[in-house]
Amino acid sequence: MPALKVLLKKELLQFKRNSFLPRLVVAFPIMIMLIIPWVTTMDVRHVSVSVVDNDHSQLSHRIISKINASDYLTLHSVTGSFDLSFKSLEHGDVDAILEIPADYEKSFVTGSAKKVSISANSVNATKGSLGSQYLAQTLAASVKEMRASLSPTQVGDLVLIQNRYNPTLEYRNFMIPAILVILIIIITGFLPALNLVGEKEAGTIEQINVTPVSRFTFTLAKLIVYWVAGLIVISIALVVAWLVYGLTSVGSLLTIYAGALLFILVISGFGLIASNISSTMQQAVFFMFFLVMVFMLMSGLLTPIESMPKWAQYATYVLPPRYFISIMRSVFLKGATFYDMRFNFLALAILAVVMNLGAAITYRKRS
Amino acid sequence: MSTTTLAIEVNGVSKSYGSIKALDKVSLCVERGELFGLIGPDGAGKTTLFKILVTLLNADEGTAHVDGLDVVKDYKQIRARVGYMPGKFSLYPDLTIEENMEFFATLFGVTVEQNYDMVAPIYKQIEPFKNRRAGRLSGGMKQKLALSCALIHRPSVLFLDEPTTGVDAVSRSEFWDMLYSLKQQGLSIMVSTPYMDEASRCDRIALCNSGKVLDIDSPEHMVEKFGSPLYAIKSSNMFGLLKDLRSFDYVANCYTAGEYHHLLAGNGFDARQLVSDLENRGHTNVELKGIVPDIEDVFIKLLSNED
Repeated sequence: MPALKVLLKKELLQFKRNSFLPRLVVAFPIMIMLIIPWVTTMDVRHVSVSVVDNDHSQLSHRIISKINASDYLTLHSVTGSFDLSFKSLEHGDVDAILEIPADYEKSFVTGSAKKVSISANSVNATKGSLGSQYLAQTLAASVKEMRASLSPTQVGDLVLIQNRYNPTLEYRNFMIPAILVILIIIITGFLPALNLVGEKEAGTIEQINVTPVSRFTFTLAKLIVYWVAGLIVISIALVVAWLVYGLTSVGSLLTIYAGALLFILVISGFGLIASNISSTMQQAVFFMFFLVMVFMLMSGLLTPIESMPKWAQYATYVLPPRYFISIMRSVFLKGATFYDMRFNFLALAILAVVMNLGAAITYRKRS
Repeated sequence: MSTTTLAIEVNGVSKSYGSIKALDKVSLCVERGELFGLIGPDGAGKTTLFKILVTLLNADEGTAHVDGLDVVKDYKQIRARVGYMPGKFSLYPDLTIEENMEFFATLFGVTVEQNYDMVAPIYKQIEPFKNRRAGRLSGGMKQKLALSCALIHRPSVLFLDEPTTGVDAVSRSEFWDMLYSLKQQGLSIMVSTPYMDEASRCDRIALCNSGKVLDIDSPEHMVEKFGSPLYAIKSSNMFGLLKDLRSFDYVANCYTAGEYHHLLAGNGFDARQLVSDLENRGHTNVELKGIVPDIEDVFIKLLSNED
């Protein structure tokens, strides 16, 4: 097909001559992979604690030194009154206050334990709730130690928690597969859409439209370039994940690439629809931004789908990243096989057909 | 209907954009080997008609044939047979002259070598710069490249939408010479322009305004059938002159035309009477002379007849 060949040659020439695009395709994934995994973390660390010590016992000292030693908690101050500590909380210097009542240690001996109070600043809900949980755990550990020193019979842990597949609870391991998804959306969804609308804005599309070349061939030539670019971007990102974070896929890379290819088809279909319904770059960019927002916030990329309200959970079934993110995380972290993920692949395949049909329908060579 | 003998045939074509009527029942035909001009101001509907004829746009009503083929039914065949140069430069600015030429030749299934003779007279002028990117060419060179690309597949009908807009006077004249030599090779050409002075370079012209065709004829014929006597007039107070002239009953129409005002004589017009009437109103240095109308005068007369 000489037409497709010359169209591909033209796209490659334009891609190469563009002072920005080739660099973007290489630099963008490296930059994102180097920075984002470090900064997007849901781990709460350095919760600043003020202790109101009304007890001044061995136990209260044990609690304070435990807080001081913790990686998650930082001891801000030990005061004698709640009001003093509360001032620091209001000031924003302290995230949580632990108030130890008078005769706290003694109350254990008498058998009726007094209650400790924890007040946390929960403007940031995650930090507030996790912070008070950490405090409670620290407290429980201190009490257990004290009891152990009092009575010779050892009390074992009641609950054993094991974090499978991500043993160190690294948020990074959870994020890296998701970042790959974002990269694909941008490189294979945004770029071809903008490129097509660019031809509309420049008027070059008119010159193409009066040639006998079919629109299908013309569009295909553009997409092939970005499909290849998308696969290159993923490969770069996978190499960075391995070199910098030591993270390699537990499952087969073939399954990951198969998912990526299907997802690229879906997303470039989205890009085509965006370019068909918009006549300027601005419109296309706005449309794509809106979609990406929904994709990022509703596909389980950052927050689990299971914690969304029911209606929203149903809505996510039409969002293609949902399936691809699930494939990426399962294959990458758990070593799931193609067969395990067959329903996700099927859903992506269906969406690919629907999106590209939509692109064909919204396209009109003349109005 | 003998559609096969005509290069272009348009029958009652209308097209609206919302409430704006871009074309209103336009009919015209272009013979084979004819250089046909579509003359009219911006907004006359020229570009819309072009887009319908090169199959980029569908008409609301009416039929059109290019090279004997229906623009709706046979659009695929038409695309292979027409050359189209849009009003705006629409080649790839980041490809070189040579790459653009080869690109469009291949899309039409030909090679530059095959049809070199067709484009040679024009392409030779820009060939020394063939490794320069199209975006870095001067206006005149861009235009020559666009024309070369429109001709590379040896079309039988050539559509040029305002090719001379924004081009300097010398290049404009050169461009019309090129069109003339293309016409000599048997090409049918439809060209649009807002410049009335370019009308005389066409075999026949259609004067159009607000989506309507006012008249179709050869430029010479149009001037011949003008009918009414036309004068050029000036005095030391040109603005006052225009106002006063319009107040006289025996002046049918009067409008500015560069250094002079042009004046169309009405019933009971007398040149000496006019001069003395003007001097009574305080005009000095009145100069009045009879002139031969040009296409612009024809256009204005046709416009005033429309109202």
